[in-house]
Amino acid sequence: MDSKIATPRKTPLNARHRVLGARMMSFGGWDMPVEYSGIRDEHFAVRTSAGIFDVSHMGEIEIAGSDALRAIQTLTSNDASRLSVGKAQYSVLTTAGGTVVDDLLVYRLAEEHFMFVVNAANVSKDYKLIVENVKTYSDAVAVNVSNRYALLALQGPKATKILQTLTNLSLDSIEYYRFETGEIAGVRCTVSRTGYTGEDGFELFASPQTVDALWLAITEAGRETGLRPVGLGARDTLRLEAGMRLCGQDMDENTSLLEAGLEWIIDWDKGNFIGREALVAEKERGPSRQLVGFEMLERGIARSGHDVYADSDCVGRVTSGTLTPFLGKAVGMAFLPTGLSTYGTEFTVDVRGRRLRAKVVKMPFYKRTRS
Amino acid sequence: MYPPELKYTKEHEWIRVLENRAEIGITDYAQTQLGDVVYLDLPESGLSFSQGEQFGSVESVKAVSDLYLPVSGKVLEVNVAAVSSPELINEDPHATWLVAVEILQPRELEALLDSKDYESLTK
Repeated sequence: MDSKIATPRKTPLNARHRVLGARMMSFGGWDMPVEYSGIRDEHFAVRTSAGIFDVSHMGEIEIAGSDALRAIQTLTSNDASRLSVGKAQYSVLTTAGGTVVDDLLVYRLAEEHFMFVVNAANVSKDYKLIVENVKTYSDAVAVNVSNRYALLALQGPKATKILQTLTNLSLDSIEYYRFETGEIAGVRCTVSRTGYTGEDGFELFASPQTVDALWLAITEAGRETGLRPVGLGARDTLRLEAGMRLCGQDMDENTSLLEAGLEWIIDWDKGNFIGREALVAEKERGPSRQLVGFEMLERGIARSGHDVYADSDCVGRVTSGTLTPFLGKAVGMAFLPTGLSTYGTEFTVDVRGRRLRAKVVKMPFYKRTRS
Repeated sequence: MYPPELKYTKEHEWIRVLENRAEIGITDYAQTQLGDVVYLDLPESGLSFSQGEQFGSVESVKAVSDLYLPVSGKVLEVNVAAVSSPELINEDPHATWLVAVEILQPRELEALLDSKDYESLTK
């Protein structure tokens, strides 16, 4: 059997998306909604009201045992020992070369029980790496539990208000990057105050059997507030506007954490982890290139894969680019030589045969005003 | 749905033949496929293109699509309103022309699709 032509997998909400008239596409091996009412409309809904996303394609891998924390400290760049039970953390699975296997959230479910939430396309690769490492410890076990979870994201300034009508949990008391377990509309969930949009909101882990009831309850509760179902199209424009990296596009096994601008999730003092030595050496000599945010100075939209020029030399490549619906600006991320990566530096992008001027700017492009 | 006074191409452009010029745009089907149009790249006035030649591109949030001239023509005018407000293409695709041309080979019009044929093509 050729896995390349395998039928894309379906989330438990596949029929729901089709009923809603979503345009579907294959993403990371899954048949996923790209858009419902339109990328622009959905993007605005999340910035001004709320949006609900089916992100059940994401993978979940649990690691348990008295050695679980030690295994995780070796596998990931951030310091998982700082996680108390009920907290989540952004981190990266690293290669020996200090490059990015995958980015993930690490949840501490119990003292000796953790969960990784990883990118859909990387689940089997991540799981293999995790198992290889975990089996070197006497009391640690890793299980791929992706099939046990459906995952919804409810994001936007009205997300809390909408969700609070459906639960006895005190949502206001769940701080950013913390989670609690409880019932939403009678459906048992893990409610995590996290997201990938630059807005306030929650991610809800529920069982595949109950997630459709949860989706319906939330969309009904948000109807008068302007809540919209949101597809992968707006998920991408939202995360880019918020300056969040997309693994596999803005960084991968050929880019180091330092190049990708992720030193803030490297804990140099926690002890050894895979790739630490390479990263220490790279830190000493300084990374040769940097992932930067940029804004176009001429009309035109840079896209992933476009070449970047300084004078007549090709010096890098655009990794993500779009016209952000909310800001109305053409922005993106690109790898530039470190010497050209300071804010305000101008360069050109080859946009389908035209050399258009752009300049390095600070990310995020959009930052929400906290209420 | 597709105005009978227009002619269509398989590449989803339409052409409206007027007395002294013809206007060219993209169809409702094309705008639906593209989604929110955010950018137009159109040629300068005075340039000539042969039938089927790429004369520009239309870009939405998620994709770029080339524009092909339905008949050989010389560009007389670019629709500045469409360039500055590309969303007009989504709102009213068959009224939002992109370029106006002088038709150089009128016989080329004969092979274009009428509204019924075009509509069946999109189903």
